[in-house]
Amino acid sequence: MEYEATIGLETHVMQKTESKMFCACKYEYGAEPNTHVCPVCLGYPGALPVMNEKAIELICKAGLLLGCEINPYSKWDRKNYFYPDMAKNYQITQADEPICLGGEVTVEVEGEMKTFTLERIHQEENAAKNTHVSGASLVDYNRAGTALMEIVSNPCMSSAEDALAYMAHVKQIMQYGGISNCDQEKGQMRSDVNISVKPVGQKELGSKVEIKNMNSFAFIKDAIEYEIERQIAVLEAGGTVDQETRGYNPDRGETFVQRTKENAHDYRYFPEPDLMPVKISNEQVEQWRSELPEMPTQRRERYVSELGLPEYDAGVLTADKATSDYFETVMTHTKNAKAVSNFIMGEMLRLLSETGSSISACKVTPEKLAEIIALIDAKTINTGGGKQIFEVIFNDGGEPKAIMEANGLAQVSDDSALEGWADEAIANNPKPVEEYKAGNGASINFLMGQVMKASRGKANPGAVMQMLKQKLDS
Amino acid sequence: MADLHKLTISELSEKLATGECSSVDIVTDVLSSIDANDGKVGAYLTLNREDALAQAKAADERRAAGENLPMLGIPVAIKDLLNVKGQPCTCSSKILEGYTAPYDATVIAKLREAGAILLGRVNMDEFAMGSSTENAALGKTSNPWNLDHVPGGSSGGSAASVASDEAIASLGSDTGGSIRQPAAFCGCVGVKPTYGRVSRFGLTAFASSLDQIGPITKTVKDSAMLMDAICGHDAMDSSSIEMDVPTFGKKLTGDTSLAGMKLGLPKEYFVEGMDPEVEKSVRDAVEHCKSLGAEIIDVSLPNAKYAIAVYYIIATAEASANLARFDGIRYGMRIDGKDPADLYGKTRAAGFGPEVKRRVILGTYVLSSGYYDAYYKKAQKVRTLIRDDFKKAFEQCDAILAPVTPTPAYKKGDKTDDPLKMYLDDILTTPVNLAGNCALSVPCGFASNGMPIGLQIIGDDFQEETMLKVGHAYEQTTEWHTRKPEIS
Repeated sequence: MEYEATIGLETHVMQKTESKMFCACKYEYGAEPNTHVCPVCLGYPGALPVMNEKAIELICKAGLLLGCEINPYSKWDRKNYFYPDMAKNYQITQADEPICLGGEVTVEVEGEMKTFTLERIHQEENAAKNTHVSGASLVDYNRAGTALMEIVSNPCMSSAEDALAYMAHVKQIMQYGGISNCDQEKGQMRSDVNISVKPVGQKELGSKVEIKNMNSFAFIKDAIEYEIERQIAVLEAGGTVDQETRGYNPDRGETFVQRTKENAHDYRYFPEPDLMPVKISNEQVEQWRSELPEMPTQRRERYVSELGLPEYDAGVLTADKATSDYFETVMTHTKNAKAVSNFIMGEMLRLLSETGSSISACKVTPEKLAEIIALIDAKTINTGGGKQIFEVIFNDGGEPKAIMEANGLAQVSDDSALEGWADEAIANNPKPVEEYKAGNGASINFLMGQVMKASRGKANPGAVMQMLKQKLDS
Repeated sequence: MADLHKLTISELSEKLATGECSSVDIVTDVLSSIDANDGKVGAYLTLNREDALAQAKAADERRAAGENLPMLGIPVAIKDLLNVKGQPCTCSSKILEGYTAPYDATVIAKLREAGAILLGRVNMDEFAMGSSTENAALGKTSNPWNLDHVPGGSSGGSAASVASDEAIASLGSDTGGSIRQPAAFCGCVGVKPTYGRVSRFGLTAFASSLDQIGPITKTVKDSAMLMDAICGHDAMDSSSIEMDVPTFGKKLTGDTSLAGMKLGLPKEYFVEGMDPEVEKSVRDAVEHCKSLGAEIIDVSLPNAKYAIAVYYIIATAEASANLARFDGIRYGMRIDGKDPADLYGKTRAAGFGPEVKRRVILGTYVLSSGYYDAYYKKAQKVRTLIRDDFKKAFEQCDAILAPVTPTPAYKKGDKTDDPLKMYLDDILTTPVNLAGNCALSVPCGFASNGMPIGLQIIGDDFQEETMLKVGHAYEQTTEWHTRKPEIS
């Protein structure tokens, strides 16, 4: 029998706020444990939550970017469960009146455009971080109470590829929108995946299994694929899939039971009496809408239509916000978009990938790249020299002009020097000279190469070509 | 002893202003009174004499430097659920033994700013759950008027400390009557301000949508003065209202006329089984108000009869979540277990008293899947009806007169075997907490056994001024509040 999977995602995204969701403590990844804590986020007696307005702005902007409706009235609820990662033993979240409703994203999955719909986005507070050491559990409350929003998709996907394309798109939008850095290694983007499997054509969905709390795209892909196969195998063997919560063990590449339906939590949601409902006016929504930054699709179109870049370049440059922002900054210093694009797509991405570093920390600042391009455009150096300078700065830093001078990279256009090298090349290579004269125009390139070699790359290629032609054609 | 401890805030405030006495004199007198009486009354859980005297000295220095705030140098007893930095805050529960508050509640910060002396911490029913202070796990408090009787609760220590002149005034909290009922039982004045009037930041929560901090004092004017010090918007409490800081104290003058005032009398508040002496005292008080010029009209609060049922659903539901934080992980008592759930179970089993457990279980039950709609949700709907009743009543009158409790203070142990009987004591006080408006209790007589009786004056939302005016006029033209218990 043929089976099909139905997949929905609950994606938790940590918002980029200065302070936590309900107190003034800041969040700093990697800080000394329990140094960013206060009576509120530690759940001390008498402490009360106060809503972070910036987080509300960010979730609403996220909602607008994902096509959600902004709920003019939303409220807070308490979700009750006992666990040391939740200081109050209840989480403040939104049960039945979330801030953002609906929404959809259209993404390309293996060459096909697909639209995935959202159910909602709601605001909540993050849990603390538990570390289990031998014989003890340690709790770091630095993360407790940080602003966390949950983007809930409808069960509208059917493969790991769908899920990954959806998440990559959401991640890109969150980064572009300034909502979150979505740094998965730092736990800023995590997903729970709901999966069910049913025979193709069957109307009602199969039993839903939830795989909790995964941060890596690779793990999510493997977990989905494993889980789909597992559920099909259960059905094929004549069994029924249990509705349950599972975890994913990346070492074994398997999902495992965490909690069965019988043991499911009763969260006893009820309205949070310590916080007032959130009311958001139309004017406020429009204000936020007007502040939304340009999204990758818009940037891509602009790079093609206004900067005249090829579609391919525009796609590469906008794939990642940091890269695109870098490109934008270089463009404030130069008009030569194609040269900037070539440097980023070529040298920059190659060196970044080789060194595993990030563009935002790159020693070749946008100003320096613009300077290199200006030197090329002014024919002070040639492209090869530019690349050499780029690599030197990338590795060791420094100023383009100083490096050019130190390495003698200034282009030579001086006729007497060029003439010497050209004569030498012609004299030493009779065969290509013969061929060129016999009508094989391409043979001149070999001679050109010889001149460049003799000049150690400094000769102005245009001037060399002109001189060679002059000598051979006469 | 110069008997300064027997005086009121307003009297002492004048003496301090004229230099007739110092704050150190007052605190010294009050400490002597505590030494003489607290062995019998048992109001205090912790008292730091040196600290109190040091605060008094600092207050005297502030006065010498030219400050003249009304509360400057006045010692106040603090209910043991308010966080005071560096002090314990046990809520009279074993589970919070060893906890030291790392911060000041907003009302405490305001009292410090006003120059009041934080005298010590007084007993209460564990986590404010109870009406007799018999549910206290860490102390036993008696009614100063008769030591065999309960002081009421949950702010029993607050009322007993003021009634026995072991404090000039006290702060309590009122979730379902916990200020007004002990004030009535001990012959004091107690005010439950409108919800949102006083910041709850730093008040260990029992039921967040009902809790409100308020004064227990010897006179209505004293309550007004203490209110002036603690009211006001607080950015740390989202439920606190942005309103100008009031000046209730100054507005209470020698004027005791109630002419032009319409006072409502709700028939539903004279319940079946009410003690005839209580009913008579309250009806006499109503007549007295009439004699001061007030017009008395009948009003109806038809849904008030559901208040107890609604209250014990909403309050316990909120409490079940509010008390979840007492888990042995971060502070207070811990009894280790083999895993977190085991640790929670053992700690909470040993740390909470029976009434707290009863309410946590009840609250957990009413929020459970499948029961939420039938209990919690329905209770919220009825709560709205109770509030609507008050709104309608206040379209007809300026304030409502009613009894505070169906009976005067009873003997210890009388109701401890039957929690439901104890719950029913709150029948006349809980409607106001559910509706959110304000109410006060003022002495209006004594039963034949010598126990005090209280008159409840209920005001509309944020109409404390009117409510206090009625209370002040009644009190200043009667002598009930001037009587003192003989503690023996």
